[in-house]
Amino acid sequence: MSYKIAVCSGKGGTGKTTVAVNLFSTIQTKWTKNVQLIDCDVEEPNDLLFFKDAKVINRSIVNQLVPVIDESQCTFCGKCEEYCEFNAISIIPSVKYASVDPNMCHSCGACLHACKFGAIQEHQHPIGELTSFSRGNQMDILEGSLKIGSPMQTKIIKDLKANACDESDILIYDAPPGTSCPVVETVSAADFVILVTEPTPFGLYDLRLTVDLMKEMQKDFGIVVNKAGMGDREVYAYIKEEDIELLAEIPFNREYAGQYAQGKLLSDVPPLIEQEYLKLAIYLKNRMSHD
Amino acid sequence: MKTIITATGKGEEKLFDLRFGRAAWFCIYDDATDNMEFFENKHVDAPSGAGGKVVEEVVELGVSRVISGDFGPKAKDLLEKFDIQMVILKDDRKTIKEIVENFKS
Repeated sequence: MSYKIAVCSGKGGTGKTTVAVNLFSTIQTKWTKNVQLIDCDVEEPNDLLFFKDAKVINRSIVNQLVPVIDESQCTFCGKCEEYCEFNAISIIPSVKYASVDPNMCHSCGACLHACKFGAIQEHQHPIGELTSFSRGNQMDILEGSLKIGSPMQTKIIKDLKANACDESDILIYDAPPGTSCPVVETVSAADFVILVTEPTPFGLYDLRLTVDLMKEMQKDFGIVVNKAGMGDREVYAYIKEEDIELLAEIPFNREYAGQYAQGKLLSDVPPLIEQEYLKLAIYLKNRMSHD
Repeated sequence: MKTIITATGKGEEKLFDLRFGRAAWFCIYDDATDNMEFFENKHVDAPSGAGGKVVEEVVELGVSRVISGDFGPKAKDLLEKFDIQMVILKDDRKTIKEIVENFKS
């Protein structure tokens, strides 16, 4: 079994991708090649931007089951529409119109149950794809991407988790921002969660929400403060008050931020920053041996 | 011909509502009878798909024209499908009465 680490944040732009990509690279160069990075931010996957040497080794389509209404069998009773929590079904009896919007359907199957006339059948509907990339190692990076307009992030994330390399020692899930369903889906399988925050009121506000979520999900977690040195000290007061482990503090470095914008996240990493990732990797190694 | 105008409340003195699927009320005006009626939007708090649900009602009521501030992509597709004319008006300081008077003349 692989040890699964999710990198989350609540607030967007705190540095989930930065931490996930750097942690992956640190583990791979300093600890084990047996690590896979999984980009679960399926609406905007961007881990790949930082690995210019990665080559596609496999690509597969992710499908969702979507009901299709056969208007010749439909009595336009409207039962399916009533059952649909997502307003994905439109029935207009006066003009004999019955249709399902695949971009609103969540594949719950309630409409199939509602229809007593056998007018509804499910069809495969493509909603995105999974791509695996190699940098010389078969298992390196797995990425999910969702088609624009589809609400089914969780389906892609489920498939990502099912397709992750079982033989990896470590899986790193780069989670989407926020605290809603896609984050819950990503975190649900994790053995440990790294919460990335920034020392600003915005970072703190969303960190509180994410900490509450972790507690509700009964997950083990620790915090990485990114862009340390900017903002204020409130985030540290909160971490102390809640007695949460501060795993690493990555100093804000304008030059390095400029490098990031050019996609050069992994070259010329400032020594002070490199040291923090090493500290994080060592922490995880210790944790894994104890868990 | 029946026209639906999105309204912020019930009554011809109420202001025009710029939202379609999330409009508070609807005014249905029939120019054949010069009759004006109001009904509340029961989809105003729908978590998703409010626009589509409103279009269903619009079609059932036999309306040929809708006046609102804008139409979402899903509502637009359905309205087009049923050949219902969409009129976009950007002025939310106008009352329902003013709008009706405007297209009467």
